[in-house]
Amino acid sequence: MPDFETVTVDTDLLICGGGMAACGAAVEASYWAKKNGLKVTLVDKAAMDRSGAVAMGLSAINQYVDLNSGNNTLKDYIDYVRNDLMGITREDLVASIARHVDSTVHLFEKWGLPIWKDQDGNYVHEGRWQLMINGESYKIIVAEAAKNALAEADGEYFERVFITHPLIDGDKCVGAVGFSVRENKLYVFKAKATLVAMGGAVHVFKPRSTGEGFGRSWYPPFNSGASAFFTIYGGAEMTCQEVRFIPVRFKDAYGPVGAWFLLFKSIATNAQGGNYMQENAAELDKWEPYGKVKPRPANIRNWLMMLDVMDGKSPIYMQTADAIKRIADEAPDEKAAKKKLKELEAEAWEDFLDMTISQAILWAATNVEPEKKPSEIMACDPYFIGSHSGASGAWVSGPEDLQTAETKDEYFWGYPHMTTVTGMFAAGDASGASSHKFSSGSHAEGRIAAKAAISYIVDNNQAPNVDQAKIDALKAEILKPLATYEEHSGKTTDPDINPEYIRPRQFMFRLQKIMDEYAGGVSSQFKTSEKLLEKGMELLAYLKEDSDKLAASNLHELMRCWENVHRMYQADAHMRSILFREETRWPGYYFRADKPSLDNENWLAFCNCKYDKETGEWTMMKKPVKYITS
Amino acid sequence: MPSYVIVDKCDGCKALDKTACQHICPNDLMVLNKETMKAYNQDPQMCWECYSCVKICPTQAIEVRGYQDFIPLGASVTAMRSSEDILWTLQFRSKDIKPKRFKFPIRRGVDEGKAQPFDHYPTGDDDLKSATLMCEPAGLNTDRGPVKMDKIPTL
Repeated sequence: MPDFETVTVDTDLLICGGGMAACGAAVEASYWAKKNGLKVTLVDKAAMDRSGAVAMGLSAINQYVDLNSGNNTLKDYIDYVRNDLMGITREDLVASIARHVDSTVHLFEKWGLPIWKDQDGNYVHEGRWQLMINGESYKIIVAEAAKNALAEADGEYFERVFITHPLIDGDKCVGAVGFSVRENKLYVFKAKATLVAMGGAVHVFKPRSTGEGFGRSWYPPFNSGASAFFTIYGGAEMTCQEVRFIPVRFKDAYGPVGAWFLLFKSIATNAQGGNYMQENAAELDKWEPYGKVKPRPANIRNWLMMLDVMDGKSPIYMQTADAIKRIADEAPDEKAAKKKLKELEAEAWEDFLDMTISQAILWAATNVEPEKKPSEIMACDPYFIGSHSGASGAWVSGPEDLQTAETKDEYFWGYPHMTTVTGMFAAGDASGASSHKFSSGSHAEGRIAAKAAISYIVDNNQAPNVDQAKIDALKAEILKPLATYEEHSGKTTDPDINPEYIRPRQFMFRLQKIMDEYAGGVSSQFKTSEKLLEKGMELLAYLKEDSDKLAASNLHELMRCWENVHRMYQADAHMRSILFREETRWPGYYFRADKPSLDNENWLAFCNCKYDKETGEWTMMKKPVKYITS
Repeated sequence: MPSYVIVDKCDGCKALDKTACQHICPNDLMVLNKETMKAYNQDPQMCWECYSCVKICPTQAIEVRGYQDFIPLGASVTAMRSSEDILWTLQFRSKDIKPKRFKFPIRRGVDEGKAQPFDHYPTGDDDLKSATLMCEPAGLNTDRGPVKMDKIPTL
């Protein structure tokens, strides 16, 4: 095996990740670091211009609270998030993000992001909280501001360096280790504080497609559980690990439905033309008090649709033609109607082209003209995405000024958005129980956490204590898949088939099959039970043992090995949390067949968990839900 | 095979300091074959069809062919991105449907590379210990809305 040079980087604040939250962190951290003579370093596994969930672009900004307009209050946003998550939310965190997100969006515009405006110069809303944008270059623009900020503050950024593990000294995070996916170099980042923003997790569950379309997950396949692993392995308390997200999207290519539902006011029906939201409305009683709030919680909308699917009433259609006709009919004359139709057509296609180009290919390949015929929609696969309508992530401190006398003991421990590990901060998909932050709120949360991290460093300005023996051990562990491959691959005629090791692709398939069949994936219609989970965990334990025999033929494959180890820890936390919560609370996300109803008396609570890397033991904890709104 | 490279058009980015598609792919899929000096997608099954490689390729050598396990053949969506806008061309499977062409802006008011991160608004207390972020509270307001925040809102 070739020698790997060890590169040591000393810094004050280390930002792990390069997506929206990390870019927000880079800008804010640089501003405060410059004033305080501190150094900021960012590490991205890809290229910042196109890394993270916004790599392709987006057609809307989904969190804009618009406090300035007087139409909305912070409480309105909190109510919306709490209800959508069936009561399980950290209101202090939701408020923390919501009160800053508008300034983040205004900065996006200053940085060059085209936000749609009406004739009076007001933003065009897709829905109450959503703004329409020309978002093809959304990420490029946000990354540009982040890079320019780092440059102004004499910070630096590394691209194509994949972070594998946190560095922990006692109860403190002192940096991270990773390796370059381009050259034989191991990186050791020693930092006084570390901000985790490496996205959510995809491909933990088997996707619906198994051929080429395997990569067409709704959330990107390169969100591979790095945040979850980093925080879990670092000993941080985790929350809402059971709260996965399953979006309903146009079938197969997973194109967005937001513009159709919100902007064009389209409805979805079953194959017989029945509106499942109305026809299955009696079901809503079972999920009170959340079942009947408006807008209906995302998981409840999924559930009413899935009831029709399970009843054999598929295909489910987005009635695009009806929606377009309705809007065109509102035009005063034929000429105006024609003009309106042309506008709608461009808007509909841009919605796909900005963020899910595959959907445009699929529509073109199946001769879909949305004004003429409806298109199928479908529940995607389960994803871990604390920034959307899921909630999984690390348990972080809220800001002090948003606590009440009742919440302060539970939700506040010194620095906003710091995990329970000292010096380890989290934002975006990495932080939990603060759903509906999306791209803009993740950026805002990155900013909040970064300012807090700089404040922490100023208060605790001590050189990180990093044990060289631990680094040496980690280096051997990280590079082991290369050594394993080198040692054994020549012993059989086909390097794919060798009894001494497992390559990352098959490892991922095994993980996905376990999750799919035992933890409520697509093939079991998102249904599971105590017995299924226990069996799944037994199989996962074998997988965990076999992770020691992962093999990689090159650096790319070495990254795949560690991505899948990261996914495996997310899977473990997920199964344990579903098992721990003895009820069904989000029926459209997963259904505990043995505990089929909501139990507000016992389970209006957070399921938290903590991993001990020395013993391999997990501790499950129930933490109270306490609201800051009355 | 989601993104594919046209042999005659790919020059391996010889004139650049790095291979553009290899530099940009968020999933580390595009690779330059140093013998042929042509790029290829090393793992099409992990391709998100994000078009980052298509948009950045200086010789327009990369296109996307839809996932064959669920997309019928014969359609195409091609992109040409400049520093200010992007031009899309959609060809349908049925040649009876007229191809569509759309042009959308991609940035407004700020030249490429020039996004100035700080100082668009004054930073209120400028106190590291407060909840007020850079550019707040002024940056929370627009000149259009009636509610003017002079501090960070609380409940």
